[in-house]
Amino acid sequence: MIKKPKIIKNLTAVMFIVFSHHSLAADGKLIGTAGLSQVEGSGGGGLVPWATLSGYDSQDQMSVNVFTTQVDLDDYRLNVVGINASFYDRVEISAAQHRFDLKTLGGDIKQNVFGVKYKLYGDVVYSTWPQISAGLQHKQLQDGTIAQAVGAQNNSSGTDYYLAATKVHLGAIAGYNAVWNLTARATKANEMGLLGFGGVNNNSYQVMLEASAGILFSRHLAVGVEYRQKPDNLGLGEDDWTDFFVSYIPTKSVNVTLAWANLGTIAGAEKQQGIYLSLNGQVW
Amino acid sequence: MKKTLILLILVLAGCASTHSSIYQQMGGQEKVVEVVENFITEIEYDSRMFEYFKDSDVDRFHQKLIEHLCYLTGGPCKYTGDEMRQVHAGMNINEADFNHGVDLFINAMEKANISHPIQNKILAVLAPTRKDIIYL
Repeated sequence: MIKKPKIIKNLTAVMFIVFSHHSLAADGKLIGTAGLSQVEGSGGGGLVPWATLSGYDSQDQMSVNVFTTQVDLDDYRLNVVGINASFYDRVEISAAQHRFDLKTLGGDIKQNVFGVKYKLYGDVVYSTWPQISAGLQHKQLQDGTIAQAVGAQNNSSGTDYYLAATKVHLGAIAGYNAVWNLTARATKANEMGLLGFGGVNNNSYQVMLEASAGILFSRHLAVGVEYRQKPDNLGLGEDDWTDFFVSYIPTKSVNVTLAWANLGTIAGAEKQQGIYLSLNGQVW
Repeated sequence: MKKTLILLILVLAGCASTHSSIYQQMGGQEKVVEVVENFITEIEYDSRMFEYFKDSDVDRFHQKLIEHLCYLTGGPCKYTGDEMRQVHAGMNINEADFNHGVDLFINAMEKANISHPIQNKILAVLAPTRKDIIYL
């Protein structure tokens, strides 16, 4: 039986919602400076949560975004659907669902991620110092069987805490706008939580560093790289993640990101690489 | 990954422009005037922005904005207008409307055929005035 890829259905749904509500979208930021929705649902880059909030709301506005992301690796495929809302460019809440397909072994792992982010300082474009935000991501595994089998200490839920700094420098590199982000995340999660939390190697919180750097070649095109450090609690050789991305931002209501993701060894399967595709739409 | 990032930065730094002023790079007084006139046209056709300008002296705004843009981009002008804080006091311009104004200013530069990198450099010298414009 040929199954219609879920991402196509999701994309269609996102496009429909975006274009049917186009005129209502908050527009109080410069185009290209609101960023994207990262894999766990927070406003960010692709793999890394940023200090920026998800939408184009200013301090007098609200915004709601929906997004869908697929990362298609050699032996696995991560499917994400999510929604986030940002209030007065100050507080962001998010919910995302992960379905991690085990292409080689069969079956999947599902988890839900709920996030909150609070902007502590600044404006990513206009303040002298970077915008700073603090946030958390609470992860609930729907079925802990696989997490337990690989030796996770906790196979039901866990919470990550992070502090992020993000800055856009206008005209910084040969006249092109540059953006960078640095995030410190305290976590016990194995492979984002898909393989549970903690393990034989380590069962306490560790601080991981994550970073992004990008250049906006026009108001509609951003290119960059990301890095996400990961713990190896299970002793399965869990690797740090990297990606190269290209984002197309035709309007403030919609953006598409295509990336090459290198996620290394996942649950013993080495060199997991593949295409990351994400569509993000601001519906309010 | 690290090597690629370093290479990317070096290549871009290599393209970095010379030390001429942004005023010269954008095309001098002729372009300053063109951008300001385009901006005024953008405001005239935008009901949301026009609201803030409906009681303004357009000729004075025209003249002082040319001086200010010339001065801020490093041109041979003196800004003889009022302090920015004073000009915007009591207007209570919110952040969303300010950013909308920036969008219109970008349109004005676009219509004057200012290149994307030069547009960014102009925005970078104008950006610090934001604190003297919003919520006053």
